Amino acid sequence: MSFLTRFFMTRSALIRTLAAIAVVFMFSSAQAAVIDNYKFEDTAQQDQFFRLNNELRCPQCQNQSIADSNAPIAQDLRREVHRMIVEEEADDDTIIQFMLDRYGDFVLYKPRISGKTAALWFGPVVLLLIGLFVLFGLVRKHRPESSNETLDEEDKAELDKILGGKD
Amino acid sequence: MSRVEEKGKKSRLKLFVPLAFFMTFCILLYVGLFMESKKELPSALLNDPVPEFSLPTLKKPTETVTQADLKGQVYLLNVWGSWCPACKVEHPYLVKLAKKGVRIIGLSYKDEDADALRWLQRLDDPYEFNIVDKEGRLGVNLGVYGAPETFLVDKNGIIRYKHVGIVDPRVWVEILKPKYERLQKDAIQ
Repeated sequence: MSFLTRFFMTRSALIRTLAAIAVVFMFSSAQAAVIDNYKFEDTAQQDQFFRLNNELRCPQCQNQSIADSNAPIAQDLRREVHRMIVEEEADDDTIIQFMLDRYGDFVLYKPRISGKTAALWFGPVVLLLIGLFVLFGLVRKHRPESSNETLDEEDKAELDKILGGKD
Repeated sequence: MSRVEEKGKKSRLKLFVPLAFFMTFCILLYVGLFMESKKELPSALLNDPVPEFSLPTLKKPTETVTQADLKGQVYLLNVWGSWCPACKVEHPYLVKLAKKGVRIIGLSYKDEDADALRWLQRLDDPYEFNIVDKEGRLGVNLGVYGAPETFLVDKNGIIRYKHVGIVDPRVWVEILKPKYERLQKDAIQ
């Protein structure tokens, strides 16, 4: 019997192994990020918190909301949002204005309508209109010139021949 | 010239419409490419006063400073942390600037005091003093989203410029120094 097998077969060794595993897990969880634990007075506040976190963009990571990101700045902003909701009972507009004052338009996933963002808001509509215009033009161009063309006698005879005299 | 010929010319011009669209698209993408690589957000606080705060200093943790204590002279507010590799790159140049007489106030951002103090002991201390912002709340109020960031503040405590990223000789000579000297001149008058 090898040393290792004997080692694992004794009970105290088993406990020791479990303890070692526990220690490993303890340290690995200490390494991972701290999980936020936020308390709210009611579910309305909680809903507001989650809604705002998903609407606000993390300034550091650029393509995640602050709900998504675990960057330190996203954690800070979540804490600020929570503080404003619970302590100040601030509404959405106040919190969004707070973020705008500090980080500019960038923090909003849904940009405000302004001169700078006009292209974002109205560009697609303009493109759609251009598309419809072009489509309309093409359809009109390809429509046969005159639909009330009358058949002369020769054509009628030809047609009758093809249809075999029916109709 | 016949009408047919004229029509043919017009339709040939039409063939270039997709090309024009494509070129516009290319130009937009090209511009976008370099906008993204700058990775800088405009400072929303430009020409606003330094936000209110009351925080301890690094070397004298029992003393607190407020935004009012900073007024009177033009200064650089440098946001740094011992956890931030870029700050280490920037640090020797800040030491050099401080030796030239530039007033630099530090903001120890989301850092452990012991780590920050060890850093200053080992790498030299260019700061007049350091404000300790352990939770990053002043950072949020300043619109900080990373480190290092450097704010240029005038004698009345108004933020005049914000630089994101390291301050190196190029940034200092080309951007910060002219603004810093202009503000100092204004301060004397």
